[in-house]
Amino acid sequence: MSEAFLQIENLKTHFPVERGMIIRRRIGTVKAVDGVTFSLARGEILGLVGESGCGKSTLGRTILQLIPPTEGTVVLAGKNLAGLNKHDLRESRADFQMIFQDPYASLNPRMTVFDALAEAMRAHRKIPAAEINERVAALMQKVGLSPRFVKKYPHEFSGGQRQRIAIARALAVEPKLIIADEPVSALDVSIQAQIINLLAKLSREMQLTLVFISHDLSVVKHISDRIAVMYLGRIVEIGPAAQVFEQPLHPYTKALVSAVPIPDPEREKQRQRVILTGDPPSPLDPPSGCSFHPRCSYAATECSRAVPALEIFDPARTVACIRAREINQA
Amino acid sequence: MCGLQKIDAMPLLQVKNLRTYFHTRNGVVRAVDGVSFEIEKGQTLGIVGESGSGKSVTCYSMLGLIPQPPGRIESGEAIFDGVDLLKAGPPQLRKIRGKRIAMIFQDPMTSLNPYMRIEDQLIEPLLIHERTDRRRAVELGVQALKDVGIQDAAQRIRSYPHEFSGGMRQRVMIAMALITKPDLLIADEPTTALDVTVQAQIIELVKRMQAERGMAVIWISHDLGVVAGLCQRVNVMYAGRVVESGPTDGIFRTPQHPYNRALQKSIPALQPKGVELYTIAGMPPDLSKPVAGCAFAPRCEFVQDICRTPVELKAGASGQSTACVRVQNGDLKL
Repeated sequence: MSEAFLQIENLKTHFPVERGMIIRRRIGTVKAVDGVTFSLARGEILGLVGESGCGKSTLGRTILQLIPPTEGTVVLAGKNLAGLNKHDLRESRADFQMIFQDPYASLNPRMTVFDALAEAMRAHRKIPAAEINERVAALMQKVGLSPRFVKKYPHEFSGGQRQRIAIARALAVEPKLIIADEPVSALDVSIQAQIINLLAKLSREMQLTLVFISHDLSVVKHISDRIAVMYLGRIVEIGPAAQVFEQPLHPYTKALVSAVPIPDPEREKQRQRVILTGDPPSPLDPPSGCSFHPRCSYAATECSRAVPALEIFDPARTVACIRAREINQA
Repeated sequence: MCGLQKIDAMPLLQVKNLRTYFHTRNGVVRAVDGVSFEIEKGQTLGIVGESGSGKSVTCYSMLGLIPQPPGRIESGEAIFDGVDLLKAGPPQLRKIRGKRIAMIFQDPMTSLNPYMRIEDQLIEPLLIHERTDRRRAVELGVQALKDVGIQDAAQRIRSYPHEFSGGMRQRVMIAMALITKPDLLIADEPTTALDVTVQAQIIELVKRMQAERGMAVIWISHDLGVVAGLCQRVNVMYAGRVVESGPTDGIFRTPQHPYNRALQKSIPALQPKGVELYTIAGMPPDLSKPVAGCAFAPRCEFVQDICRTPVELKAGASGQSTACVRVQNGDLKL
């Protein structure tokens, strides 16, 4: 077991913004992901949180090379994915898979469960043809579906069951890394719990490294070993899940955590809320320096000067705030 | 049938035995099947439940917003300040809807007209319901936008909806709903499409508006956390029925109905990390197939034969009503 199974260095994804019908001119750049660095150990679960538009989905897709990175490296088990040519990348894709938010949209309605799972196995030629039947059945059992549903179509399943199929399809090629982009957001509370339990169990049993993207902090806190908080294309804080949730260091994390409603009326009454004013700024025209400073209650003049780097706060945690030590004393 | 009868004051809204069915090709879907509740002036009532439990259909039925056909209100009454909304004719309903009862919807983009300036949409209720003259209405509109925390309201009122962010659009919706000073605001998942930080802003805003104006609020949500912080009373719905109802504290602290308890136990926020989450076996029932007795029985871990007999919501000792035969008989304590 290597220390850093997945290592991401200074990853950037910039999208050009163009205008004009015939002659297209570049009028700006959206820095959806702007210099993200982190590493994960094998079997670790990282929760990636942030508001809509902060770049968490783009980061997930860039790690998997579904969007080519503008800059930076993604090293998975010693191999830099960002540097692979088309053919090698295709070969490697079995190592990293994705689970999407909407199981209604991510499954082909004309393929039976068997077709969907067998297609993945055949495409990567990992499993001998004679064994496919058996493997599909085993896979279905693994995700909690009865193998007798193997000839059914997606529309015959409920949302939770479809998400199980989507998980099974991701697992069909025996990946080492899975990125799950809001995998439970479209599901009801009672079904959410089933899928969270399943992902946690699979990660444990198969030593699967998992990046769990969600806007729902309470879900992320429950499943993750560590949490990374994103704001406007950058990670502002990373640390062990419980610590990030209970003693957030970055002012943005503080606001985010305090905004999460707790389903407990007693605790709700006693809480001190940090209510942010305004909306997240436009990524087309981000504020100078720390992009959170216009909404930050701790902002000082130097906050608008330079982009703060992610710095080690204590052995387990890093935070990108120049006043982190000052505001988190005692 | 509907809990304690109050003699002194009439509640602002009293819903009795509401049944809304949809007659579809695949059978009769009993979306709302015998719902009764009431709300006092200035009170906040939360309605929680999973998708398809009938929370929205309950409120849409009261306001005559159910497409008929296929929908049909089979029975029930909804007495709002002496008027039965379910029997009121369209002209009478129009006088109440948008003036005394206002509604905000989940998706502010689809509920604002993209071709109209904010100004025209915002002041429309004033022009229609109060016959305010236009200049005065615009003044009130600007003030309403200021009240919901939109900066440069005098300029922004001339904008179109696409020029606003999601949170700002929802503020506009709230400003529009409140501009006629309604007695009752019905909010149907108003923050589900928003980020948590913006959600917190909107909740604070509704709380403040409510404190200032003393209106009653019905807050429909699947998010138990939001309801816990905002509402005084909560109705928990399952398969078209209210299965538990009572003061918020009791609903969260001492759930008595097995469904409510299971729901509370399956929320990740309340569980320690790493512990396997409690899950409810099975799936919500198909509402087009009539259910004998308790609709939750097939998924309930405490089920007995008696659960197949019809069950009504009955008030218990603590002012908390539960629709579970075993709890009512006293042989099940959760």
